[in-house]
Amino acid sequence: MTRAAKQPLVKVKNLVKYFPIKIGAFGSEKAVVHAIDDVSFDIFRGETLGLVGESGCGKSTTGFTILQIYRSTSGSVEFEGVDLASLSKQELRAMRKRAQIVFQDPYSTLNPRMTIGEALAEPMKVHKICPDNEIQGRIAQLIRDVGLNPNVANRYPHEFSGGQRQRICIARALACNPEFIVCDEPISALDVSIQAQIINLLMDIQEKYNLTYLFIAHDLAVVRHISDRIAVMYLGKIMEIAEKKDLFKRPLHPYTKALLSAVPEADPDIERQRQRIILKGDVSNAIDPPSGCRFHPRCAYATDACAQSVPELEDYGDGHQVACLRLDEIAMEEKLETEDA
Amino acid sequence: MTKLLEVNNLHTRFKVRNGYLYAVNGVSFTLDKGEMLGVVGESGCGKSVSMMSLIRLLPPAAQITQGEVLLEGKDLAKASASEINMVRGSKVGMIFQDPMTSLNPFMKIGAQLCEGIIYHKKMSRADAMKQAAKYLDLVGISNSEHRLHEYPHQLSGGMRQRVMIAMALLGEPELVIADEPTTALDVTIQAQIVELVKELREKLNMSIIWITHDLSLLAGMVDRIMVMYGGSVVEEAPLDEIYKSPRHPYTIGLLKSIPSIKTEAGSRLPSIAGAPPNLFVEPQSCPFAARCAYRKERCTKEIPPLEPVSGAGANPHHRIACWVDVTKEPAEPKEGGML
Repeated sequence: MTRAAKQPLVKVKNLVKYFPIKIGAFGSEKAVVHAIDDVSFDIFRGETLGLVGESGCGKSTTGFTILQIYRSTSGSVEFEGVDLASLSKQELRAMRKRAQIVFQDPYSTLNPRMTIGEALAEPMKVHKICPDNEIQGRIAQLIRDVGLNPNVANRYPHEFSGGQRQRICIARALACNPEFIVCDEPISALDVSIQAQIINLLMDIQEKYNLTYLFIAHDLAVVRHISDRIAVMYLGKIMEIAEKKDLFKRPLHPYTKALLSAVPEADPDIERQRQRIILKGDVSNAIDPPSGCRFHPRCAYATDACAQSVPELEDYGDGHQVACLRLDEIAMEEKLETEDA
Repeated sequence: MTKLLEVNNLHTRFKVRNGYLYAVNGVSFTLDKGEMLGVVGESGCGKSVSMMSLIRLLPPAAQITQGEVLLEGKDLAKASASEINMVRGSKVGMIFQDPMTSLNPFMKIGAQLCEGIIYHKKMSRADAMKQAAKYLDLVGISNSEHRLHEYPHQLSGGMRQRVMIAMALLGEPELVIADEPTTALDVTIQAQIVELVKELREKLNMSIIWITHDLSLLAGMVDRIMVMYGGSVVEEAPLDEIYKSPRHPYTIGLLKSIPSIKTEAGSRLPSIAGAPPNLFVEPQSCPFAARCAYRKERCTKEIPPLEPVSGAGANPHHRIACWVDVTKEPAEPKEGGML
């Protein structure tokens, strides 16, 4: 698909989500967690946008805020031109059937007192997807779609393994024919040998129903496999966003470079040759985020300017966007280094 | 190389309401001085329980029913409670998975670090604190004198794991058992910890057993890998051997199912059908048989022993527990994965 032919399904503009919290011994002080801060990106129809970052960087909050499960502090989320952030509760509910979510933990997101059939029927009844007499047939179809036997409809969640439960959660997300699904770490609670099954399933149903995914994960190897484009988040900000191939071949942001170099590969030869970029220190606190570029306290290239002004996402060709003030200088430095070598 | 540890036919089971959970079923291996062994498997495969059984760090419901654990010739499986206490924390150090919950939130870092060496080495408190500060420096915690007087909640996850590592090393152990020490950490912090352990290993020349579910992580750090499934060791080989010529169907499936640079993006990942076995019945056959693409009739009737692989040019240290020679057999897709 050419770039011009791509239609954005979701347009996120300057999205901000702050959580007011109470800290101190008896909650005496008030503070604000800057979970996501001025984030903008598009998700095109039919694509999978991978969203990666470390724990606490705001990637799940971004997914939740796009769906307005968390109401945004400011900014807008346009879903086919409709700003979800401005909708009332009732109007939002009508939109819900078009945008669904698969959560991380299939053990806690299925109601233990509802059979699988009941769990799948509920969204269909709420959204009046089909006449009541067709619901049973549709439930059987959904269960088959996710690779289970339709006779499981009368059973309860505890009778299933983690992988099977995640299949049921996917069936539930599909129940009201959505166009867009947020997959919030859908495989990180599963065993390694089961993860591949679920990734395959997500890719199959995407093809079958022409779905658009926002795929949130911390595992870069998985994101690389499933995504068309990837956005890298750090402490509430998007640092880099690019076509997958471009990002892995030509990571530009110092954080992306470190992140990619930290991902282990199941090949001893590659591991022996690899030059790891070891970042110093830990992720800073989202209650009191660093000034300027959020990454500057851990960045090997940071200067005083990085601590003062916030870098904006800039396009470096082919939709490869990077938020770094010193990108050109870093490229120059690296060029000199390789020439020296 | 001199042998440090020899484990023979170890069986551990848990008493549960209606019988037993057979967690470890006949695990045998050896470990040399200075060697680093990776133990890999999925949750519930018995990797943690078997390694915790070595120093009998088990909940009351668990019992070691068979086998011996020879550490420098002494059988820990039969040692008395006081004898095993002297081994834990001095000869064998532990690093646990979750540094958030394994440190006592009510004790200062210094007091927690010193507890072990005061007990084992009969050191004075002041000397122990000095030693603790030295080890905090060693694991890369700056301002160590000051950190000794802080509580765990004042440190980040990566720092707490460094404290756990310092604690494991303080007794100057010959063997360190690291149970998924980086699973709770982010990848960039994981990279820091892995580098640290590699450095420390060179510096201190200790043996390490690194337990993990992540085969990719081990590729860059260990000498030898042991793959576990359903409470047994299914394959064991030197590092390169496992990745380049895996011989057990489970290892083969596991390696293929990990997305890597080499797998074609957007393609279907080869996956292993079905789910891990139920261990409430004592296994009477190959634990992997139900999910195996190479299954033969014998596989469902007898437990295969762990034996060196056959064939020309086979590495003598490469052992598998499988009735089938995968190099000669075509894989047939078997029904599975559906309820």
